[in-house]
Order: sequence, then C-alpha cells, then structure tokens
Amino acid sequence: MNNNMIEFRWHGRGGQGAKTASQLLADAAFMSGMYVQSFPEYGPERSGAPITAYNRISPERCSIHSNIYDPDYVIVVDETLLESVDVTAGLKPDGAIIINSEQPAEELRKHLRGYKGRVYTIAAGHISRKHLGAYFPNTPMLAAAVAVSKCVDPDEFLKNMRESYAHKFAKKPQVIEGNLNCLAEAMKEVHE
Amino acid sequence: MSVRERLSGNEAIATAMRQINPDVFAMFPITPSTEIPQYFAQYVADGKVDTEFICVESEHSSLSAIAGAEAAGCRAITATSSAGLAFMSEVLYVAASCRLPIVLAVACRALTGPININHDYSDSMSVRDSGFIQIYAENNQEAYDNYLQAHRIGETADVRLPVMICEDGFITSHAIENIILEDDDAVKAFVGEYNPENYLLKAENPLAVGPYGTSPYYMEARVAQAEAMKNAKRAILDVAADFEKTFGRHYGFFEEYKMEDAERALVIMGSSAGTAKAAVDELRAAGEKVGLIKIRVFRPFPGEELCEALKNCKAVAVMDKSEGFSACGGPLYAETAGACFNMENRPKMIDIVYGLGGRDFTVEHAKRVFARLDKIIKTGELGPVYSHIGQRDLREEVQ
Repeated sequence: MNNNMIEFRWHGRGGQGAKTASQLLADAAFMSGMYVQSFPEYGPERSGAPITAYNRISPERCSIHSNIYDPDYVIVVDETLLESVDVTAGLKPDGAIIINSEQPAEELRKHLRGYKGRVYTIAAGHISRKHLGAYFPNTPMLAAAVAVSKCVDPDEFLKNMRESYAHKFAKKPQVIEGNLNCLAEAMKEVHE
Repeated sequence: MSVRERLSGNEAIATAMRQINPDVFAMFPITPSTEIPQYFAQYVADGKVDTEFICVESEHSSLSAIAGAEAAGCRAITATSSAGLAFMSEVLYVAASCRLPIVLAVACRALTGPININHDYSDSMSVRDSGFIQIYAENNQEAYDNYLQAHRIGETADVRLPVMICEDGFITSHAIENIILEDDDAVKAFVGEYNPENYLLKAENPLAVGPYGTSPYYMEARVAQAEAMKNAKRAILDVAADFEKTFGRHYGFFEEYKMEDAERALVIMGSSAGTAKAAVDELRAAGEKVGLIKIRVFRPFPGEELCEALKNCKAVAVMDKSEGFSACGGPLYAETAGACFNMENRPKMIDIVYGLGGRDFTVEHAKRVFARLDKIIKTGELGPVYSHIGQRDLREEVQ
C-alpha cells in the first residue's frame, strides 16, 4: 500500500447524505489531480438505518477494493450513532474523528471507547440551516473533512466545488452561493 | 481525445453503450445493474442516442426482445443482475444457439438465499454453460474497455455468439474511481457498423432463426456452436490487439501479475484480484516469490494458456467467488484443475471459496492464502483441497 494514501470512513444514517458527501469529497480530490475511490457499504436500504461510506485518496491508483478497516479519518454525520456504532474501530491514533455535534469534544470523547487521537466537532446542522435553510449536514461535514485532513488545498477545494456545484445545480443556480458559503463557514467552524 | 473522468462502473458501462448507440435496448431493472438502463434512459431523453428503448415486464422478456431484435439484424443490448440473470436463463441458451451476438452487461450479485443483494459470481457462474462469451473486469476502466470490445468479438463472422460483460456488483458498479474515457467518434470508428451477412428480415439473404433441431441435426448445430466458441479465442485476442493499437491499453485472456519467477500463485477474478495485488506487492517487498493470475475471459476458458502461465509454480490457490455445491470445489477450480491435469509437472492446487454475498475480501485474506501455499510447499501436505475463507469465526478457516 502506498504511504501517501488517505483513507476516510463516513458514518451516517440513510437519507442524511453520507454517501453523497463521500462522492463529493472524491470529486474535489479528483479535480485536484488525485486518484480517488468513493464507495458505500450496502446493507438493508431504509431511511434512518446506519450506513457507512468510504474514500481512498491517493497520488497513485489504488487497486485495493476491500472496505477500510484502519481509516485515517472518521466522519460522523449523526452523533446519535455514537451510542450504537463503534465509530472509532481501527481509527489510526494519529488520525482524527470529526463529529456533527454542538457538544464540546471532551464531552463526546466519553462515548469514543478510549480513543486517544484528535476529536473535532462541528455544528453542521446549525451551519446548514443558516446557509441552506434546511438540515443538510453532509455539506458542512464535507468541508470539515477537507479542513481537518487537508487532503485537498482548502482554497483549491472551494474553487473546485464552485465548478462542481455549477454543473450539479445548473438548473437551480440560486442554491450555489448558499452551498459555497456553507462550505466556507464549516471550514472555519470545525474545532478540536 | 481521451478524457480523464471519475465514474462508477455502471456509469462507465452506460457511457460505452451511449457511444456505441445500439439499435435496441430492452430493459427491466434489478439492483445493482438498475443504474445502467437509468443512465441510458437519460441519454434517450436527451437525444444523445437514437436507440429503440423498450421497457418490458421481466428479464425473460428483456432478453427475448433483444434476441428478437438481433435476429432481425439489429445491434441489441440489455443489462441485469442476480435473479434477473437466472430468470433470463432459458433465453440465454436460445440466443447463443441461434448465434445472436447480443451484448448483456451483468453487475454480478449473489443469488438468494438467504436474501442478499451483494456481490459474488453466483449469477454469472450459474449460466457459464449457456454459450455466452464471458468477460470479467477488475474495475470501472476494465468494465468500460471490455464493453467497447464486446460487440466486435461477438459479431466476428466465425464466432457470432452473445457476450456477457461482467462487473462486480456494488464493488465496481457503485464505486466511483478515476477512468479514461475515449472520444465518441474514436469509439464509433473502433466498434464499427453492424452489417450481418444474413438475418431474419434480409430479403436478399434471409435466415431461419430458432428452428426445431431433430436428433439427426441437433448435434451438428451444437458442435458448430462449440467451434464458434473456440474461434472466439482468436477473435478476443485480435480485438484486444486492435484495442491496444487504438487506445493503448493491453488486454488478453488473463493478466499475469508478478508471475515471472513466482513459486506460489493465486488464480482469481474481478475486483478481488486488485486487492490481492496489494498482498503480492507486500510479500514481494519481503522477498517472497508470489504472483497472481487474474482471469479476464472465463468463456471461452483459456486452459492451454493458463497451463503455460502456471508451469513454474509449485503451489496454486484457485479463488472461487461462488459456491458450486459440488462438494469438491467451485467452478473456477474445476476449470483450472481440469486444464492443468495433463501438464508434465503440474503445481499442487487447492480451491478456496470466498467473498460470498458481499463478504469482504481483504489484503490480509490474500496473505493468509499465500501463507497456506507456503506451508503446502514446505510440508508437501496438500491438506483439504476445497475450503472457505472469510467466515465470521476464524477457527472455521483452514490454516
């Protein structure tokens, strides 16, 4: 395995957009010239069920197609999962976990089964409601993942996402600015 | 101009279909192949293709519809998975024996039960003797490239057989990865127009399709079909050579990965081969002589070529991602061991069934298989010829 590869694991609930966020992270990294993988783990498909999605981002093509067991970063889109899912399983001690929560990191650490690495929080719901007028936590979580991992240069990321949204929202351009503001604020508001 | 893109396996195959612009696509959805006709329906709606796109009531009907269209002289396609392929089963044999070079994309998935939507080769292996050419892919790029070659292989005059382009359900079909897409015009020029010598509705040279074959004639038809499958070997290599000349990527019956001096080897298919390559790299870095062969073409089966590639190995593990319930090994093992039986100095050979119903196959699993081959060489003891790997309880695994 090449040492420059960064591996992400996303935990969310069906309908919250964890899979989409993983695809957008792949998009952003692809646009900055990286090799990417974005793939979901499919269980029973129902709204609200815990789901997992993954990213590998690397300067070289990665031929491994297994799930990711020792991620560098874990992103938790829904903090209620901390009770039921071992979100830090295999997470590298020199990596980090990013949780969508308004609670302080030290409070959340109690639920992390002894994880010693860095814990980041972001009030993704608040940021999403402020800029998008609705609960789309995956957009701020995507920005937080980039800000913490630096897998893509932050300025380049925002530039790439503008392009990506222009394509994705070609038929409703009025939502582009809100999404970009949401990303920009999330990059500042993710705290250890 | 080639274009760098990032696409899932399903979108890659749908893109190849759009570029080829076939005459008829009959569809019935099933997970995980559903996205292929979904993407294609968008191309139809956007006027990017002028294909007759037919929504039918079942997979039996989708395959019947495209077999009928192909018999009438059209280039006709569809896509399916799992139970859908099983439901097509009867018509697969009809299409192959009528020598109709349709192309069927399969996002391979387990068959029920227990009910499961995830990946293995239960579906495609269950119809391996239907008379279809079967080509498998490690990733989205190979799925795309294989699809671009499929029509020409099947339509070759002395072949005229249907082709199944297999990708791994979810692992390839739903994973987004980097891919090189070729220019639309370059693809059209490579694939070419379909001008069959004769077909059902060709007034000047008509053809009877699907007649009754009484005992005095049936066998001749089947032997001719078997000859066509042998001819497909040459056609597959010819098309691959032209593909490499045109687009620069090399394909054969299988890929040999670090096999030059390998004493231990895996014979493996699909995305798992990519994962196992990482195990080969790790063990090679530690000085171990290991390699793998990734089977791309399963039908026709490249038996002689495989013997040649394995002749210097001491121990080989054949990796089956479907359970044949033969009680003595899966289908890939049966083919490989059968092909190698007449070799002068054949390697010791075991079969390991893995990855059923989406059970993850990891680099560690592949390393454990290489460790077992090492033990076989050192002790001279083969142990159980047929076993499983990746069970929930590690104690069930043969070490």
